[in-house]
Amino acid sequence: MSAALALGDDALVLSHRLGEWAGHAPVLEEEVALANIALDLLGQARVLLSLVGDEDELAYLREERAFRNLQLVEQPNGDFAHTIARQLYFSVYQHLLYERLAAGDGRFAELAAKAVKEVAYHRDHAEQWVLRLGDGTAESHERMQAGLEALWRFTGEMFQPIEGLDAAATTAAAATADAADATDASATTGTAGATGADGSGPAVDWAELEGAWLSAVTATVERATLTLPTGPRTGAWAAGAGRQGLHTEPFGRMLAEMQHLHRSHPGASW
Amino acid sequence: MAAVTADQKTQSTSGTAKAAGTEAGPAAGTAPEAADAALLAAFDAAVAADDRIEPRDWMPDAYRATLVRQMAQHAHSEIIGMQPEANWITRAPSLRRKAILMAKVQDEAGHGLYLYSAAETLGTSREELLDKLHAGRQRYSSIFNYPTLTWADVGAIGWLVDGAAITNQVPLCRCSYGPYARAMVRICKEESFHQRQGYELLLALSRGTEAQHAMAQDAVDRWWWPSLMMFGPPDDASSHSAQSMAWKIKRHSNDELRQRFVDICVPQAEALGLTLPDPDIRWNEERGQHDFGAIDWTEFQQVLKGDGPCNEQRITQRRRAHEEGAWVRDAAAAYAAKHTTPSARTAQPAQPAQHVEETA
Repeated sequence: MSAALALGDDALVLSHRLGEWAGHAPVLEEEVALANIALDLLGQARVLLSLVGDEDELAYLREERAFRNLQLVEQPNGDFAHTIARQLYFSVYQHLLYERLAAGDGRFAELAAKAVKEVAYHRDHAEQWVLRLGDGTAESHERMQAGLEALWRFTGEMFQPIEGLDAAATTAAAATADAADATDASATTGTAGATGADGSGPAVDWAELEGAWLSAVTATVERATLTLPTGPRTGAWAAGAGRQGLHTEPFGRMLAEMQHLHRSHPGASW
Repeated sequence: MAAVTADQKTQSTSGTAKAAGTEAGPAAGTAPEAADAALLAAFDAAVAADDRIEPRDWMPDAYRATLVRQMAQHAHSEIIGMQPEANWITRAPSLRRKAILMAKVQDEAGHGLYLYSAAETLGTSREELLDKLHAGRQRYSSIFNYPTLTWADVGAIGWLVDGAAITNQVPLCRCSYGPYARAMVRICKEESFHQRQGYELLLALSRGTEAQHAMAQDAVDRWWWPSLMMFGPPDDASSHSAQSMAWKIKRHSNDELRQRFVDICVPQAEALGLTLPDPDIRWNEERGQHDFGAIDWTEFQQVLKGDGPCNEQRITQRRRAHEEGAWVRDAAAAYAAKHTTPSARTAQPAQPAQHVEETA
């Protein structure tokens, strides 16, 4: 499995879910904001999937078991608080991950550097809403807390190492003696990132990433006068199942809707 | 920014704003009728000189009410118009088309925002206008009461519906009311882009497989006549036209614009390799325009009355989104009240915006 597929599927699937909000948002500004985030994610998905193969074949002709996205992003929208909880968990993760990828010199560095600006906005949007819903009315507080609780179990899988991402991102860093020089080195050598399929040692320190994620999410949740959920974080199967193509039931229905027109006209171009 | 907006609201509803395009206000001590006459004369002169009327300027109540009605209907059309297209976002057949469609629906929400803002300069509020939409007291374009049954409908909407809208709206860029005219300049640019994309979508289908071509033709067959109805009733049956033209809110008659649209579409349909569902369309050498068949005005009236294919569905979804979102808006307001500094709070408008009764 390629890391591009995993990250691309995350973006593709979450973009689709956000697209379902069109025409249903609580206020016009959110129609614009949710569509904007969906579009950013779709743009990222198209770049990432194109690294793997034909974007449309990958999006429309794979079956459920071949998708590598997190279970978190395939979860149905629920109410606005549910959507915002999903967005908080994922955007903070994606922001921290892309920051790290952008700072490295793997083959995702350039892509991540561009996407991280978009994702910083997504994260801010989610955090601002968590604050407003958590510290708004009694009803919004309750709904926001319920959203955080419901999706908490899907957060563990984000920190299962993604195979391929490490190797590709790490080679140049391993080749340079000093980590501080890594950026300069890649700028001059240029090809370093593309070579190392079997580099040693993870460029993304997943445990460190998880720690950063937990503290960021905790800070937002507490500022919002909410409580960090305490339940298990293993997902519907064992943690990391989504990355292995093991998904939750609503996902198949989502794909059926997404793919049916494309599949009804084999070989057609649009 | 909020303070400026509030100030404009107060000014525009106070009835004491300066006369349009002139420094010559009524002299102190003049009788009220004479003062009104002077204001009206200044307004008429400004309109005649193609000056823009601005929010603080004096304007006749009927002019204000007509603009509120038209701009609200326009804004409502943008947000109701999101529905038929959003219906296909989750089923778009390629990622490129999906991105284009999402961006388009997002633009429509943005157009709604511009237009509600422009309408608010006349002393109403978005909330008030939305309430009227939800209560069925203000209208949106009848075209959005037709269903999107296939993917090709997305293309037909882009080409024909946006095409008709642009034909209608380009003259509004020169409308006498400044905020409306400026909103239309921005909107028309984006709409033209959408229209080209819709045309290009249909072209891809028309040149695609047999099934795709048939899908495109079917969509054009269903959307052609409703698009012609977008220009409104024939000139001899249009109640608002004469006054709107005198005020330079409107620049061309319904039938004039409809004719212009037909003349644009005929060669485009040929280039698309699709036919228009009207056996009476033919070039009229004498007029230098196309003749075309009679519009079914009974259907038009029926859709306007609320009995079109999707009237109920559209307004129900719109109301539901609003009602189900109430707790979110309440939360945002409660949060703002808790976290706004006292000095910022006093800058909020003290009174609700004046109620403007439209004549719809």
